[in-house]
Amino acid sequence: MSEHRPNTEGKYKWIGTRPERPDGADKVTGRARFGADFSLPGQLIGKVLRSPHAHAVIKSIDTSKALALNGVKAVITAQDFPDQPNLIVPTGEMQVNMRDITRNIMAREKALYEGHPVAAVAAVSEAIAKQALSLIKVDYEVLPHVIDVAEAMKPDAPILHDHLLTEGANPPASKPSNIAKRIEFKKGDAKAGFAQAQVVIEKDYTTQAVHQGYIEPHATLASAAEDGQIQVWSTTQGHFQVRGFCARLLGLETSQIRVTPTEIGGGFGGKTVVYLEPLAMRLSQKSGKPVKMTMAREDVFRASGPAPGGNVKVKIGAMRDGRIVAAECIVEMQAGAFPGSPVGPACMCSFACYDIDNVYIEGFDVVSNRPKVAAYRAPGAPISAWAVESTLDILAQELDMDPIDLRLKNAAKEGTKTAYGVTFNTIGMVETLEAIRDSEHYKSPVKPGYGRGVAAGFWFNIGADSSAASHVGEDGSVTVISGNPDIGGSRASLALMAAEELGVDYNKVRPIIADTASIGFNFVTGGSRVTFATGLAVVNSVRDMIRELKVRAAKIWKIDPEAVIWEGGMAKPAGNQVGTFEPLSLADLAAQAGRTGGPINGHAQLNVTGAGPGFGVHCVDLKVDEDTGCVHVGRYTAAQDVGTAIHPSYVEGQLQGGAVQGIGWALNEEYIYNAKGKLDNPGFLDYRMPVASDLPKIETILVEVPNPQHPYGVRGVGEVPIIPPIAAVGNAVARATGVRMVDLPMSPPRLSEALDAARPMKMAAE
Amino acid sequence: MAKIHVNTTINGAPTEFLCDANQTLLDVLRDNLGLTGSKEGCGSGDCGACSVMVNGRLVCSCLVLAPEAQGMKIETIEGMAEGDKLHPLQKKFVEMAALQCGICTPGFLIASKALLEKYPNPTEDEVRYWLAGNLCRCTGYDKIVTAVLDVAAEMRESAR
Repeated sequence: MSEHRPNTEGKYKWIGTRPERPDGADKVTGRARFGADFSLPGQLIGKVLRSPHAHAVIKSIDTSKALALNGVKAVITAQDFPDQPNLIVPTGEMQVNMRDITRNIMAREKALYEGHPVAAVAAVSEAIAKQALSLIKVDYEVLPHVIDVAEAMKPDAPILHDHLLTEGANPPASKPSNIAKRIEFKKGDAKAGFAQAQVVIEKDYTTQAVHQGYIEPHATLASAAEDGQIQVWSTTQGHFQVRGFCARLLGLETSQIRVTPTEIGGGFGGKTVVYLEPLAMRLSQKSGKPVKMTMAREDVFRASGPAPGGNVKVKIGAMRDGRIVAAECIVEMQAGAFPGSPVGPACMCSFACYDIDNVYIEGFDVVSNRPKVAAYRAPGAPISAWAVESTLDILAQELDMDPIDLRLKNAAKEGTKTAYGVTFNTIGMVETLEAIRDSEHYKSPVKPGYGRGVAAGFWFNIGADSSAASHVGEDGSVTVISGNPDIGGSRASLALMAAEELGVDYNKVRPIIADTASIGFNFVTGGSRVTFATGLAVVNSVRDMIRELKVRAAKIWKIDPEAVIWEGGMAKPAGNQVGTFEPLSLADLAAQAGRTGGPINGHAQLNVTGAGPGFGVHCVDLKVDEDTGCVHVGRYTAAQDVGTAIHPSYVEGQLQGGAVQGIGWALNEEYIYNAKGKLDNPGFLDYRMPVASDLPKIETILVEVPNPQHPYGVRGVGEVPIIPPIAAVGNAVARATGVRMVDLPMSPPRLSEALDAARPMKMAAE
Repeated sequence: MAKIHVNTTINGAPTEFLCDANQTLLDVLRDNLGLTGSKEGCGSGDCGACSVMVNGRLVCSCLVLAPEAQGMKIETIEGMAEGDKLHPLQKKFVEMAALQCGICTPGFLIASKALLEKYPNPTEDEVRYWLAGNLCRCTGYDKIVTAVLDVAAEMRESAR
C-alpha cells in the first residue's frame, strides 16, 4: 500500500492534489516534440566519426576525400574550435573544466576512450554522411590504455594527461598521474573512536560504471545565420547551460545563441553537458544550412554520460549497544577520461544519515580510458551508500540488532553536525526510519525463502539561480513562464503553486517553459531543484503580480493600495474600506488594465538558498534462485521525507523510478570492457535495465517534514530514491542466502558463483 | 538507386510513399510522413518506443523495412485518439501520472492497447510480461501497470 501522510491537511486548496499535468494530452498523443522530432527546411544531417581506440595519439586527420564527396557540405575536427583555458565551471551538481570540455566534444591531441569524437560531417542525407565518415583518414598511434580504477592509480599505469598533478596530494605531487584529486573530510578523532569501539566491521566494495539509461538518445538541431545568430533546439536538462558552454566553445556571445529546449526524454543528470550541440552549430556555420544530429544508442553508451564505478573501503566501530563511535570511508572513483568524478558528494553523503562523533573520509578522483562521467541522480551517493549501508547491516547482524533500530539509534537530527561541516536544520531522517519500521510491509513476516533488506540514503538537494514571470492575459487567465525543462511533471507542480498563491483554479494557470531569449537565466533541471527553487521563483513572480493587481484595484476604487487585500482570486477592500466596493476578479482587473497602467505582469529572479536535505529508507523482500543466481524481487517499499508533496503522484513517481534504477544498478547494469578497452555491451540487449516483469509494485510512503526555508515546505525529491536500493537489495540477498555480496552488480553469473563458492562451506558447517 | 513506391494504410487513411530499400518503417513514419509520435530509443528492437501495429500485430517499427508495409494496415500513436476524444488508455495514463518524461509513452500505449484487444482481462503478471518489451526509465513501471489494469477493468465494465 502506498501512503501519503500530509502535514498540511486542509491547509491548501491545490497543493497536495493530483490534477492532470498541463502537457498530458501532448504526451499521450505523440504530439509532444522531443529532440529528434524537430526539423527545418533544407537541413543537413550531421554524423560523428569516433575513435575505435581506447587511447591513441592523433597524428593527423585527412578530411579531403570526405569533403570532395558529392553531397557533403562541411567537415570539422578539433581545429575548428578554439582551445580553451583551464577554467572550472559548474554544471548541475558537478564541475567541469572548459579545457576538458572542448577536448571531450572533439579529441584534440589524443583520443582518450573508444567512441571519443575525432571529426564530424554534415551532408544532404544520412547515407552520404555515413559514407563521408568512412572517407576520413585518421593516423593514430595507439597507446597502452587503462580501464580499471585501481590499475589507473598504480605508479606505472599509462598516463592520460601529462599535465595532471594530483590536487590535494599529501605530500604534494611532483610528477603526473591519473589521480586528479585527493580530498578528505574529518570530524573528531577517528583513531581514538576506533580504539574505544567494542565492535569494528571493515569491508571493501566495488561498483561498475552504469548508464543513466534515458530512453531518448541525445539530439539537436542548429541553424546558424549569416549575421552570426544561431538558433538551437536541443534535448537538454539545461538550455541556458547549452548556451553558456557553446558560447565559450565557439567564441560567441551568449546573446548570439538562442536555445529552445525540446521535450526531454529522460536525463537523470546525463543531459546537463554538451556533446552534439557545439558540433551541429559549427557544422551549420560552415555549411550555411541547418544541421540535425542524433546519437545512435551505441553512441549514447560509448560516448555519453556514464555514472562512475569505484572502489570503497568502509570501517565502522560501535559499542555493543549499537552506538556508532567511529567511521571511516575511502572512495576511489572513476572520472572517465577527464577529471571530475562525483567523489566529493560520494564522500560527503557517506555518513550523512548518522550522528557520529569521529569520522574520517578520503576520496580520489581518478581518470582512465572511459567516457567522461556525467551526473546521474544523486551523483556519487549511491556508491558510498552501498558500501556504508551494507557495512551497517553486517554490524546489525553482529550485534543481533534490528537494522532499523540500529539506524534509529544513530540517526541524524536537527542540530547534527555532518563530517563535511554543515549542521542540519529541520530534517526527517528519524521520521522516515519510523515510517518503514511502522509500515505494514516491515511488520509482516518475511516469507519462507526470502530475505529482507533495508538501507537509508541522504542527498543535499540544491537551490541556485532561477527566473520566472507571470502574465495576466486580456481575459484574466494566467500564464506562468519559467526556464527549466520539464523532465517529470514539474509544469504541474509549478502551476499548482501558482494557483495556490493566486487563489484561482489550477486549470486557469498555464505553465510555459521559455527558451533562453524569452526568460532570464535558469540553472539546469537537476539537483532536485526545480519544484523547490524555480517553484520559489514562480511563487515570487505571482506575488509580484498580485502586488500589481492590488495597485490596479486601488486605482479603480481610488483608495490606498495598502487598503486592498488579495483573497480567493479577487482584490477586496480591507481595513476601514471592508465592504465598500464589490471585489474585482482577475478578469475585471484585466479588462480595465489599459486604463490603470497597462499590462499586468510579475517577475522574479533569485539565487535560491535553503534547500532542505532529503532522507530515504527503503525495504525490500527478495529471494535468490540458488541454481541461476537470479534475484526475484517480491516486495518493495520506499519511504522518504519529501517536505511537502506538491503533486503526490509525481512525487511517488520519483520514488518509484529512482528505486527501480537502483534495483537495476544492484542486479544487472554494468559497463563491460574487453581487453582492448572497448565496450562490449553498448545496447539495451546486453546492458540489462529492469523491465516491468522484473518488478513488483513499488510501494511508497511520503513522509512530510516541511522545509522551513520554502513557503510551501518543498524539499527536492528526485535524487534520494536511487541511493538506498543498492544496499537494500544487497542486504536482502545476504539475509536470504547467507552470502554477503561486495561487488556490483549482483548479476546472475556473479551471484551464482558466490553461492557456489559458499556451498561447500555451508555443507561442511551442516 | 531508384526509390520504391509503397501503398499502405496508416491510421485508416490510404497512404503512399517513396522509400529506399534499406529504410525502416520507423524512418519513413518519422522522416517521410511526419508521424514523429513513434520514437527511436535504440534502433534494435530492445526498447519498444517505436511500437506500432501492422495488420493487427504489435511490432517494433525499427525492425520492419519500409517496403514491407506494402498493402499493410498500420496503426500509430497518432491514430489512437478519435478526434478530440482520447482513448481510455490515453486518458488514464494522464490521470494516473503513468508517464514522467513521456518518450516511452506512445510505445507503451500502443502495446497496452494491443494487450487489451487480445486479453481484456489480464492479471498483473500478464500485464508486466506483455509490457516487458517496452523500456521506461522514469516510472519504475508501477503507475503504468496500474493504469492498464484499471482501464481493463473499466472497459470490461462498460462492455457489459
